Amino acid sequence: MSDCPLLQTLLGAPYVARFGIRLDLNGDELTGVLPFRDDLVGNPLIPALHGGAVGAFLEVVAAGSLIVGQPLKRLPKPIDVAIDYLRPARAHDVYARAQVARSGRRVANVRVEAWQGRRSAPVATLHGHFLIAPASREAA
Amino acid sequence: MTPERQTFLNQLGELLVDGSPHAMALGLSVDSVGEGVAQMRADYREELIGDPETGVLHGGVVTALLDHVCGLAAFTGFGGEHTPATLDLRIDYMRPAEPGKDIVAEAECLRSHGLVAFVRATAHDGDPGDPVAIAQAAFMITQASKAAQERARRDIENGGAS
Repeated sequence: MSDCPLLQTLLGAPYVARFGIRLDLNGDELTGVLPFRDDLVGNPLIPALHGGAVGAFLEVVAAGSLIVGQPLKRLPKPIDVAIDYLRPARAHDVYARAQVARSGRRVANVRVEAWQGRRSAPVATLHGHFLIAPASREAA
Repeated sequence: MTPERQTFLNQLGELLVDGSPHAMALGLSVDSVGEGVAQMRADYREELIGDPETGVLHGGVVTALLDHVCGLAAFTGFGGEHTPATLDLRIDYMRPAEPGKDIVAEAECLRSHGLVAFVRATAHDGDPGDPVAIAQAAFMITQASKAAQERARRDIENGGAS
């Protein structure tokens, strides 16, 4: 895990800690892990993870990748997100990686893909814009 | 709508929230359910804060609330037969919700036919005219949800709703 304080703030937020979200940083590549828990299930009949839980996880991974990508003063704030649900997310762990399409001075554009058993069979994708506050070069 | 139909929708609405572990974990509850419309709320809870500096609830709470209320409106929009799966969900976060305030979400199924339903929703923290977020979503009746519904129907007929 990185010693980046903002990443710790993100992970230390009550909601993120509550649902056990992890961010594994290998070199400059961030992989989000949402370990399976019973209280992530939205529809117990299938059973499938809640679309909101998967969506929230993708948002956290998006924010994490922006923090890792460049020094920021504050947590990124979502402006809009579009989540596509490709397959039911089953009662297993979920993984996700983000690609920052553009990280400017005010706004960043991010795409995130989540999968479970097979990387080539994504369960959901997120495309979103975030408001960011890059730290000034001198202060960094 | 007949009183029997309204009672049926009320029961289904509660079943679809109380029966959802994640909705319970977030403390979501149903205010009202009608034909193709639903209103739900998320109570402000410190354990669901997303930004410790400001005390604002995590966006994930709003995401889950909007997903759930849209799903409920789609469910009754489809006639209350099958639980639909979310195809896509687009959310615009207009402003942060005020710390300490509950978030209310109202959803309306704009059209449902065949296998697909289109839903629009607004989330606010007191004033519907000053939304926290707005959402648009599409839902679909899938084979998995049909099969699950069938199992649930048999369970209920056998006397015990799980």
